[in-house]
Amino acid sequence: MDEKTKNKDPMDRHPMLEQLSQLWRNKTAIAGLIIIAVFILAALFAPYISPHDPLETSLYDQLKPPIWHEGGTTQYLLGTDDLGRDILSRLIYGARISLIVSVISVSLAFVFGTLIGCISGYKKGRLDNITMRIMDIILSFPYILLAIVIVAYLGPSLRNAMVAIGITYIPRFARIVRGSVLEECEKDYVTAAKAIGAKEFRIIFLAILPNCLGPLIVQTTLSFASAILDAAALSFLGLGAQPPTPEWGAMIAQSRSLILRASWVMTLPGLAILFAVLGFNLLGDGLRDALDPRLRD
Amino acid sequence: MFAYIIRRLFILVPTLLGVSLIVFLMLRLTPGDPAELLLGERATEKSLQEVREHLGLNEPLHVQYGMFMKRLMKGDLGETIFTRQKVWIEIKQRFPATMELAVCALFLSCVFGVVLGIISATKQYSIFDYLSMLGALAGVSMPIFWLGLVLMLFFSVNLGWLPISGRLSVATTLEVITNFYVIDAILTKNWLALKDALWHLIMPSVTLSTIPTAIIARMTRSSMLEVLRQDYIKTAKAKGLSKFKVVYKHALRNALIPVVTTIGLQFGVLLCGAILTETIFAWPGVGKWMYDAVMQRDYMVIQGGTLIIATIFIVINLFVDLLYAVINPKISIR
Repeated sequence: MDEKTKNKDPMDRHPMLEQLSQLWRNKTAIAGLIIIAVFILAALFAPYISPHDPLETSLYDQLKPPIWHEGGTTQYLLGTDDLGRDILSRLIYGARISLIVSVISVSLAFVFGTLIGCISGYKKGRLDNITMRIMDIILSFPYILLAIVIVAYLGPSLRNAMVAIGITYIPRFARIVRGSVLEECEKDYVTAAKAIGAKEFRIIFLAILPNCLGPLIVQTTLSFASAILDAAALSFLGLGAQPPTPEWGAMIAQSRSLILRASWVMTLPGLAILFAVLGFNLLGDGLRDALDPRLRD
Repeated sequence: MFAYIIRRLFILVPTLLGVSLIVFLMLRLTPGDPAELLLGERATEKSLQEVREHLGLNEPLHVQYGMFMKRLMKGDLGETIFTRQKVWIEIKQRFPATMELAVCALFLSCVFGVVLGIISATKQYSIFDYLSMLGALAGVSMPIFWLGLVLMLFFSVNLGWLPISGRLSVATTLEVITNFYVIDAILTKNWLALKDALWHLIMPSVTLSTIPTAIIARMTRSSMLEVLRQDYIKTAKAKGLSKFKVVYKHALRNALIPVVTTIGLQFGVLLCGAILTETIFAWPGVGKWMYDAVMQRDYMVIQGGTLIIATIFIVINLFVDLLYAVINPKISIR
């Protein structure tokens, strides 16, 4: 037995290592990782790197243009908004809010979706039928509409926006997990686990679930991207973050009346959203290529 | 085939019931008095009582749901709070505007998406391929409300080429028949209004079409790549057919099957993307109407609008599934 494991064939590496090296060779994934890293660092060290207080208004510095415009100053690299608040600082703090929002809402969907998917896929039968029907019904709402309606009833706030996004994302996770669990249930190791009398909890969460992680990780990454977009959209509509919170979508909403005088107040937060979302989408695409051999070109 | 359609229609019933149940429960489960939510804080006790009576709010929940469904069956979606109009009538008035926008956006995204996808696939790993796929990725990563504002800034404010918002200029007169302005203009042979209506359509529909265009382009590319690798394409090439014929006649037909499904599903996405787009461009459609209702907390409108949009969404998805079964000879339906 020992002899066999010692004679390691380089082709016979652990599948996870294989996938990691696939990922490392994938340029899109690396590009995505770098972008995400920048945003995470900005969010983590926001108080240290932002030049001003994001909420501090300054009467004399209203609508200062960014440095590449005529009249731009080094004091406000990206200019100021109509209340004289530093846009760069607000963008940096905005990264914090967007990342927290997406982490919380996606975690919510991840936990509930995975639970529902696991139980539904493992138990099969009637329970599976009913829960998947419910998931179908949630999916049959256009999801941004569902989120808007949920927030409309709960009242506009960032917390409710997170809840709404979380709820609307549950079916995606539930479906993916259920599909993988159904597939895994047919395999011998599950039968073996059942035969040695392992408890259901153990079989589902310690034996089956780790084997379903691939598609789950991809879905999580892509969900981060859409959660950032949706949170920004809700805030833009006035249903998420409320002023003066430096949230990117809310910043764009507040800048709408300034479009004629100070376009940078509107364009810059949009670029921040675009890059953050692009980062997660790039990583998600790369992960899909690395983790799902069927899709590899 | 017939049995399949019947079965699908059969599943439609519980789904629609579920949707109605969710919409029904939302108002009832919201903290606070539903009657007060519906009428606003300044409502008199008498009118509150009337609403409670009408909606049966004093009855147990299942009786309320029964009453809700009974009214729904009669096509009664209630009245809006602010204009005191029938919700159903308001939706009918606004729906053509949304459809016009969605159809136009879908047309744009089909044309650009499919063409970009085909060229990217036939020139895989070329500069064009990389750029268009990066563009597609940026397209799905972009907040469309922001894109709308940027287009507005560029084409209306800076260049002054396109009208900034609305469906028609104030100076243009148009006899409204169907409420689809483009169709109305053609029917009444009002070419000036036609030009004006189309001019107003450009920016909102381009904005709305970005995400579907990107998704369709990516789908077309991957589907095309898969087909191009198959043996019958090699045979066609070996026969000496021109590249054009191989790609557009032999490959495209099979590559388009999954794309058609994607396109169909995008239509539902467009209908809800309309909420953001219509809000930005002051487009008087269902989306903006819903947004205004959310802002004014007009729960009757939210309820009715959600029901209608969700129903349309479900029916469209059903059609797409059926269409897929029809056009794909590989699927034999028991």
